[in-house]
Amino acid sequence: MARLQLSKLEKVYGGGFKAVHGIDLDVQEGEFMVLVGPSGCAKSTTLRMIAGLEEVTSGEIRIGDRIVNALPPGKRRIAMVFQNYALYPHMKVRSNLAFGLRLAHVPKPEREAAVQEVARILEIEPLLDRLPKQLSGGQAQRVALGRALIKKPEVFLFDEPLSNLDAKLRASMRVRITDLHKRLKAEGRPSTVVYVTHDQTEAMTMGDRICVMKDGHIMQVATPKELYDRPANLFVAGFIGSPEMNVIDGEIEGTDFRLGGQVISLDEAVLNRMQSKPQEAALGIRPQHMKLSAGNGLTARLRSAEFMGHEVYLHAMLEGKEITTVAGAAEYDALDRSDERIRLTPDLGHAHIFDRQSGRNVSLPLAG
Amino acid sequence: MTDISHASDVITAGADGLAEARAANARQIRNAKISAAVRYVILFGVGLLMLYPLIWLVGASFKTNAEIFANPGFIPQQPTTEGYVKGWETSTPYTFGRFFLNSFLIIIPKVIGTAISCTMVAYGFARFDFPLKKLLFGSVIAILLLPNVVTRIPQYLLFRDLGWLDSFLPLWVPSAFAGDAFFVFMLVQFLRAIPGDMEEAARVDGANSWQTLVFIVVPMLAPALISVCLFQFMWTMNDFLGPLIYISSVDKYPVSLALKLSIDTTEAFEWNRILAMSVLTITPALIVFFMAQKYFIEGLSAGGVKG
Repeated sequence: MARLQLSKLEKVYGGGFKAVHGIDLDVQEGEFMVLVGPSGCAKSTTLRMIAGLEEVTSGEIRIGDRIVNALPPGKRRIAMVFQNYALYPHMKVRSNLAFGLRLAHVPKPEREAAVQEVARILEIEPLLDRLPKQLSGGQAQRVALGRALIKKPEVFLFDEPLSNLDAKLRASMRVRITDLHKRLKAEGRPSTVVYVTHDQTEAMTMGDRICVMKDGHIMQVATPKELYDRPANLFVAGFIGSPEMNVIDGEIEGTDFRLGGQVISLDEAVLNRMQSKPQEAALGIRPQHMKLSAGNGLTARLRSAEFMGHEVYLHAMLEGKEITTVAGAAEYDALDRSDERIRLTPDLGHAHIFDRQSGRNVSLPLAG
Repeated sequence: MTDISHASDVITAGADGLAEARAANARQIRNAKISAAVRYVILFGVGLLMLYPLIWLVGASFKTNAEIFANPGFIPQQPTTEGYVKGWETSTPYTFGRFFLNSFLIIIPKVIGTAISCTMVAYGFARFDFPLKKLLFGSVIAILLLPNVVTRIPQYLLFRDLGWLDSFLPLWVPSAFAGDAFFVFMLVQFLRAIPGDMEEAARVDGANSWQTLVFIVVPMLAPALISVCLFQFMWTMNDFLGPLIYISSVDKYPVSLALKLSIDTTEAFEWNRILAMSVLTITPALIVFFMAQKYFIEGLSAGGVKG
């Protein structure tokens, strides 16, 4: 229900370690923003600073029109869902949900009504009189969600809320959370969400926009589709998408991209997109855009194949560099594997050229 | 362990050796039973040996004075409650009930004060950063290592100047200000083992530090707090030196001193009275211990293992 703005936010720990390097982030009202990155990228620290659980070294956090730097967590009108649920172990679910309202001196009948409403939304009505230790992981996480929801906060903060759940439950909770976000929006009380995860699937499926972080810096903020189609740099290109994007080092000579003894002819589509010609270039291309071909194309030595059901991931060595390509199951069966050599044709319409030194994608924007 | 793996080797030796495997299994079970029997006999024997003085104490408290020295067994031949009746009356104007009351007048404020003050201090050390924290915590540990005797004289002088001699105050007031470093240390260790997430959740829910302490931390600390109270109860009940130093009027004697009193004032010791009152003296501690045994052990092991 409020816009969240971070400006020049920095965090330096006591020992002088700089965890967050002056980041700027603008989360729109009602937006679902996912912070994603490998462990140690300071995504959780950033979230905890927004929550007020971690002190801000410098910079500003704005929720709505208030600067909240100096406010304690309870006064920021936020709610947070923790990774390990953090339910109060000695309180029944009902009291867990109502704790925040109780502290805010909300009268008992109103409190009870709020508990009932949240319990109905999250389908936890039968659990209200249980203790947290009598709940399964998924139930506990729903209660934790309810504890956040009941406060009707301006900003929801999620700190890897699904990483303690098993894969199946995680998928269903993912849908539940996004549905809830949409539902609140439809009911006219859109909620601003900041969601931290290290799981790119969660990021891609849940976020309106995704903020990719690395070592306390923001690498790119964009919609899932844009991150996938137009990664701004090598880090984002490698981080988003599974299986990972192939990055092939080489040199650009005229219209040729040379890698070892082999050559890829870059067509106009790529050349026109290039803003500069890097000294050391890297060609980025997703596995599904590396097509198996008969006769011509790049030659690679097949190392292993992973059968995924309807498709097969092929791992091959191309000029000493491991690459991956995706083939249909039937296509793989038809493949002549007698000499362990496969031929690959990159779909250059979906290729990116990166500057190896800066890591920047120099071939933006990608058409289509 | 080796026995078990041996047995499983035999069992899995193959279908041919099934009868042999069964025999081996039966042997294993028999051996296990024999070894259990031997173990229990030894445990029972040693247990009895250790408990014998206590059992004898209870038995002897029902004997006549003459029988105590004549009969080494613990079952009285002519059971009598004379020891209890006379012992309760004491040789002073007060009954033993008065001394029990005195004991509880020390114990109750001391236990409550310890629980509250040590929780607050431990919470501070475990969860907050403040200037000189390391130094202060270091001094808590130093106090823990310091023999009690060292501080007796300065403490005595202090309490004398405060005019607290011959009152209960010197016996419980220091503890009510977290004076017992052991309890502070125990609670700090226990708190460190509890993840801080619940407290952070409470802060996000709008609780201030005090509310977090009262609503979230104290309930989670309950097993350790029960241990603290039990320890303090037993130690205070058994404390002899403290009352001996600070209390001089007989009407303020706690039971530990009162027992000594009956030895002092009687020329020919009425042993059965002393023994009878000893039994009564240890009874509250025993009752409390057996009632709270579960928490007692839980608190001890949690403090020791997790910390």
